[in-house]
Amino acid sequence: MVTQYGFFFNAAACSGCKACQMACKDRNNLEPGILWRRVFEVAGGGWEKKGEAWVPSVVAYNISMACNHCEKPVCGLSCPVKAISKREDGIVFVDTESCIGCRYCEWACPYTAIRFNATTNTVSKCDFCYDAIDAGGTPACVASCPQRALDFGDLSELRKKYGDTRQVFPLPDPSQTDPALVIKPHRDSARAAERAAEVANWEEV
Amino acid sequence: MKAPGLKKKIETSSMSRRSFLRWSALVGSSAAAAKGLSAGFRRRDPRHALVEAAQSAAEERMIRTGCPSHNCGGRCLLKVFVRDGVIVRIETDDRPGDTVADPQLRACVRGRAYRKRQYHPDRLKYPMKRAGKRGEGKFVRVSWEEALDRIASEFKRIKAAYGNQAFYVPYGTGSYNQINGRQTAQRLMSLYGGSLGFYNSYSWAAISAATPYVYGTSVTGNQRQDWLNSKYILMWSWNPAEMRDGTNSAYFVQKAREKGARIVCIDPRMTLSAVSLADEWIPIRPGTDAAMMSAMAYVMIQEKLYDADFVRTYCLGFDESQMPEGAAGAETYKDYILGGRDGVAKTPEWAETICGVPRETIARIAREYATAKPAVLYQGYGMQRRAYGEQAVRAGCVLAAITGNVGIPGGWASGIALQAPDGGPFWLVFPTGENPVKAMIPSFLWTEAVIRGKTMGAADGVRGANSLDTDIKCIWAVACNALINQHGNVNRTARILADEKRVEFLLVQDNFLTPTARFADILLPVCTQFETWGLEDGWKYGDEVILMPKIIEPPFETKSDYRICAEIAARLGLEEVYTEGRTERDWIAWSLDRYRQSRFPGLPTLDEFEASNAGVYSLPVERPAVAFTDFRRDPVKHPLSTPSGKIEIFSKRLHDMNNPAEIPAVPKYIQEWESAFGPEAKRFPLSAIGHHYLSRVHSTLEGIDWLEEAFPQRLFINPLDAGPRKVKNGDLVKVYNDRGAVVVPCRLTQRIMPGVVALPQGAWWTPDKNGVDRRGSVNVLSSERWTALAFGNAQHTIMVQVEKAEAG
Repeated sequence: MVTQYGFFFNAAACSGCKACQMACKDRNNLEPGILWRRVFEVAGGGWEKKGEAWVPSVVAYNISMACNHCEKPVCGLSCPVKAISKREDGIVFVDTESCIGCRYCEWACPYTAIRFNATTNTVSKCDFCYDAIDAGGTPACVASCPQRALDFGDLSELRKKYGDTRQVFPLPDPSQTDPALVIKPHRDSARAAERAAEVANWEEV
Repeated sequence: MKAPGLKKKIETSSMSRRSFLRWSALVGSSAAAAKGLSAGFRRRDPRHALVEAAQSAAEERMIRTGCPSHNCGGRCLLKVFVRDGVIVRIETDDRPGDTVADPQLRACVRGRAYRKRQYHPDRLKYPMKRAGKRGEGKFVRVSWEEALDRIASEFKRIKAAYGNQAFYVPYGTGSYNQINGRQTAQRLMSLYGGSLGFYNSYSWAAISAATPYVYGTSVTGNQRQDWLNSKYILMWSWNPAEMRDGTNSAYFVQKAREKGARIVCIDPRMTLSAVSLADEWIPIRPGTDAAMMSAMAYVMIQEKLYDADFVRTYCLGFDESQMPEGAAGAETYKDYILGGRDGVAKTPEWAETICGVPRETIARIAREYATAKPAVLYQGYGMQRRAYGEQAVRAGCVLAAITGNVGIPGGWASGIALQAPDGGPFWLVFPTGENPVKAMIPSFLWTEAVIRGKTMGAADGVRGANSLDTDIKCIWAVACNALINQHGNVNRTARILADEKRVEFLLVQDNFLTPTARFADILLPVCTQFETWGLEDGWKYGDEVILMPKIIEPPFETKSDYRICAEIAARLGLEEVYTEGRTERDWIAWSLDRYRQSRFPGLPTLDEFEASNAGVYSLPVERPAVAFTDFRRDPVKHPLSTPSGKIEIFSKRLHDMNNPAEIPAVPKYIQEWESAFGPEAKRFPLSAIGHHYLSRVHSTLEGIDWLEEAFPQRLFINPLDAGPRKVKNGDLVKVYNDRGAVVVPCRLTQRIMPGVVALPQGAWWTPDKNGVDRRGSVNVLSSERWTALAFGNAQHTIMVQVEKAEAG
């Protein structure tokens, strides 16, 4: 039995095409401004003129991320009305009907996974397509990826298959929440910090 | 410096945060509070009106269908979920297996967002006629009767006054599902006495014209699975992650890389493909590809890295030992590369100053490509939609040839690379009939045929007639936004079309009020591809046929293009011959038969196909076909269709055109008519390219909020160019040249070469009262000038200036 579902993300293969993001939006009817899965573009580096030539030291890669269904869900710990719960299979869930819109969870989550909707005065986030999972299916994002760069499953199995990397630049220290996330890093992530890379598309995520 | 964590970053990015909150506050959902869907925890907020349908008690149906084929580079499979006659969700191909031989056809962001187009409030709903001046965009609703009667009477008047050559059904690529699209109108025109024809396209003009001069054919590509046999793939101006170029093309490159191939991407932009598929990205100045290719040849010749045996046996015109009869003494390819005639050796040092690529990089890539056999040099189409696009095409073909990569598994001949063994997909089998009017113009020269058709002849690329008898007087644009938005020099085209003395009647059929539709005299509302029957195969590649059943009813008064044409035909006394008694569904059954008679003998009948709800019929590619296999095995027994039967590095046919400055007999780098090296660069120093963007298919899918959120329209500019202009990230900028100006937000990015800006093509021309486009159609900046050999569009050859703009 699965005790902790998690996502695998292959940053080396991700183009940033956002099919995952759109599959999520379509399945969950998320209007503009509400993104449960986002694709962060990390970019940095620069250019040097060498004679008549341009030599780039540009780094760029993407991080596709939804809620990481953390083993230590600080969102839930911060909720005053206990609207956030964790299932036995590890899926962290927001009960929209109980939510009072205080937004503590939003500020607690270091991954910006929780989204506030001012119209309904509630928060929402990725629910791992739990109903699809319960029916033996696949989360919409995972099934969507044209590069097959996403996977899901029991976290311990994912780690056996893909290793135990769960942090790449500039994601936060995973010990804060123990995210159920396994990442295959892009080659540029090792040199992203030294080349002053940053999330380049805040307006999109 | 310690790397800031993501959370830290958010705290220091309060601007972004605030703007996000403002954005969500504007969402304006009308949905009521969530209703519980099931016991236990609640499902989600019903924010979308369509959720009501999703929550209804009605049973959900799932129909597999093809993603609407708007001339995107892919053809993908969708699973469409319907309740109460409303599409509530779209998923994609999840067939078990998903092997390289028979992969799932997973849709991209555009297909996944399609509900937002399907249910867009701006869809055309009723027939309309023009109320103001042409182009003003003012219309009044009319009945179908009135609209169709008017069309028939205008057709009759124009036919009587000018003859059939005055009709034109222009290039338009909005629909390819057989029953929707321009082919339906072309069929009626053929039956009505014909219309001025065209050849070539806005996608492939130079590459489709140039490739056969080298190889005698356009079928120069292997089936894509063969890339897994390659050791080295040069993605030259090729960006399959964004423009697709075949569903799964990017996936196959990824698979080749996983197998150990080294992948190098040459492009002015660090594209999505460069980031995800390539081991190395080499930025190059736009329009200089042929210079780098020539320098690579120089290195290969000087270091004897080329395949001399292959050149001797299979090629023509490499050096003076193999020149064709009648061209002895002409400049050979080797002459050109070594500078024997013009005194300029095409060294990496020479190319560096032109391309902006370091000389050592050019030399290294030459060595890598020449020695890593087998290797692929894949030519994208961006580099050939340029002033001398034919040269880059031929230069790339020559590199493939002199390295001996032609006709072997894992190799690649370059050029347009239609798929072996038979050229790949048909796109359309719906019969347009034989056009009684034999005169044809290059598709890009239609404005010339409007303003001076009677003066056009062979010098303007006219085929099938010595000259044209008349100017174009009637345009019937179906699924076509190329009249305004996608044609070079929008402001010029708008002036031409606004003159009612020139084009006297302009009929447009579309889903939306596009910039082209704004110029309609009569504007007819067409249903979407989910609302009628359709059938599609691949785009450039494809080993499948995808059924597109009618899923929902056409809303309001919309009809299929086919139905509209049938009703016009009735008024011209041609209904019976036009329809042959067939409904839309009947024609799809007929089309399936055509496919069954070609590469797909096992195709089910329509009834079987529909009942199975399989959506797709595919032929697994276990042993990918390799182009030129026979020629490679025995060039005497299986010569090419070129005049010499060989790979023509030197073309006698081009030589005989006697225009060496623009159509040289061997491929050369020629400085573009607008470039960073010309006098125009003083005023317009930045090279602008209009790349394909994931938020649209050309100009289709414009205005879809989900897509605009994911990929906003904006100008991409390097900080080194933005800095001196005092332009900051997110600022509104004015991008302009002598042809026009657009104002758009900008994105500062390191992922574009200094000196180059990119404005994603396809955004809809939206002029303000001063004529400044506030949305950012790149064709406001592009030119109507055509290339010398292909008469093709050169819409990426653009020089501009950029400055900070004020909000309008």
